[in-house]
Amino acid sequence: MSTELDSLYQDIILDHAKRKLNSGLREPYEAEVHHVNPTCGDEITLRVHLDGDVVQDISYENLGCSISSASVSVMTELLVGKTLDEVEPIHAAFLEMMRGKGQVEPDEDVLEDAVAFAGAAKLTARIKCALLGWMAFQDASAQARSDAPKETDK
Amino acid sequence: MVATGSTSGLTGLLPELEIVRKDFPILERTFDAGSGERLPLVYLDSANTSQKPQIVIDTMVDHLERHNANIARAMHHLGAESTEAFEGGRDAVARFIGAPDRDEVIFTKNASEALNLVANTLMWARGDLRIGEGDEVVITELEHHSNIVPWQLLTERTGATLRWFGLTDDGRLDLSNIDELITERTKVVSLAWVSNMLGTILPIAEITRRAHEVGAIVVVDASQAAPQLPIDLAAMPAEERPDFLAFTGHKTVGPTGIGVLWGRRALLEQLPPFLGGGEMIATVRMEKSTYAGIPHKFEAGTPPIVEAVGLGAALDYLSHIGLDAIHAHEQAITAYALQGLATVPGVQVLGPLDASQRGGAISFELDGVHPHDIAQVLDSRGIAVRAGHHCAKPAHARFGVQASTRMSSYLYTTPAEIDALIEGLEYTRRYFKLA
Repeated sequence: MSTELDSLYQDIILDHAKRKLNSGLREPYEAEVHHVNPTCGDEITLRVHLDGDVVQDISYENLGCSISSASVSVMTELLVGKTLDEVEPIHAAFLEMMRGKGQVEPDEDVLEDAVAFAGAAKLTARIKCALLGWMAFQDASAQARSDAPKETDK
Repeated sequence: MVATGSTSGLTGLLPELEIVRKDFPILERTFDAGSGERLPLVYLDSANTSQKPQIVIDTMVDHLERHNANIARAMHHLGAESTEAFEGGRDAVARFIGAPDRDEVIFTKNASEALNLVANTLMWARGDLRIGEGDEVVITELEHHSNIVPWQLLTERTGATLRWFGLTDDGRLDLSNIDELITERTKVVSLAWVSNMLGTILPIAEITRRAHEVGAIVVVDASQAAPQLPIDLAAMPAEERPDFLAFTGHKTVGPTGIGVLWGRRALLEQLPPFLGGGEMIATVRMEKSTYAGIPHKFEAGTPPIVEAVGLGAALDYLSHIGLDAIHAHEQAITAYALQGLATVPGVQVLGPLDASQRGGAISFELDGVHPHDIAQVLDSRGIAVRAGHHCAKPAHARFGVQASTRMSSYLYTTPAEIDALIEGLEYTRRYFKLA
């Protein structure tokens, strides 16, 4: 019984859920979004700061389970400092893994620590948890790029 | 599999619990523990949906195998049998809630649709039922979303004002401002009988009396009450009897896809139709139609036939066991669960702590572990609970909680299953290194 549980709650995930890297809302930022998981009420407010094409900062405040907290923490570690062009394939690979019903073999070279969420991808109820922060980032970075107004609520 | 022997000291349990459990085939389910070992299902999510006894499954299969036809229009043997079975379901509902008149029982698709039916037809009502600016609709902070949103829509669309009872810190309705809330401006008071999150039993009789004094209509969401409290509308004094009562079939060991709205005849006759279509008409001309009498006026289109038949069997099954006995069982199990939860470090129960004042749904927090993670770990041990906001976000917000874990028992729940939950929570704490 704990083997299945252990493949979900890998040490990387439990560690990130506890440490929540880059959490807290910071200035400056070009876009802020608020996303919720309507089925469970998990919430995240996430800001993106771009410097030209480079993701300078992703800051956030979230309320959620260990999977959703760890997922956004891993994401910030992975994406901050990269250009939007570099970010795109990582983001796409994560989405592909999470939507692959556990059938997609993740590429560790691309996803690094985020491969730990392969276990969550097998559990329909947890996919949204793992995706919450990533979808918020996708929304915020698109808005930041298009010079959308600062305050948005979704 | 699940023994009851260790807790023979508990009073109020159904005397034939083991036999009752055998009526529910799904309780035989086991899950792979990963090591070849099989884990028995511990189903503690009955406030979400209840499991179904064999008699309900068999009745529905028999109807589909032998009697299936559309109702009220098919001029043949099967049509007559199907109509009779469907209307027999309505009779069973009427018996179950002690409806003064069986034609006051309307079938809907679920409790949400029943509540929306009332809110929408009131929105379209004219004459003394008309709701507009200056009028008020009163609900409570512990409502399920399905008893909040329809009233928000009604008040937004009519210019009326939505008001609500707050909650006390121990999860009861705060009645201290009842005189300011229920006034001459109040047109509707809509409230749950039993909270799906806090378990609180609301003082329906008292509030109904107060609402009736000012001429307001009272709507009761009995989704959590119907499964576990005896209901006898006809026996209630008229001034304490709600005007509408809604519940859903699948929480009362019946199928999904069917709900019930009971309404007082005079009001149902006065309200305009809800959905238009077949079955709800008297005659149709291209210019204008006239409508059928109740209940058919509110049942447009082919209704959930086999679901009504199944619901009838479900309610007869519950009545056969006895709602008083089921209620006593729920109270015994709830008290035992509250006792057990109190022994787990870091557990805080949301809602009343006195089992005699509450229903069988217990929401709680466990310090340091998110409800999703609790539910996941419990699931790995075969224990099914619900995690999240249970469609009661405002009630969670009232207690500063974003989500909670909810265990909910029913007539088939054993003390040993509660023991399994408590052990599961201890294990969860160890798993997340809190112990």
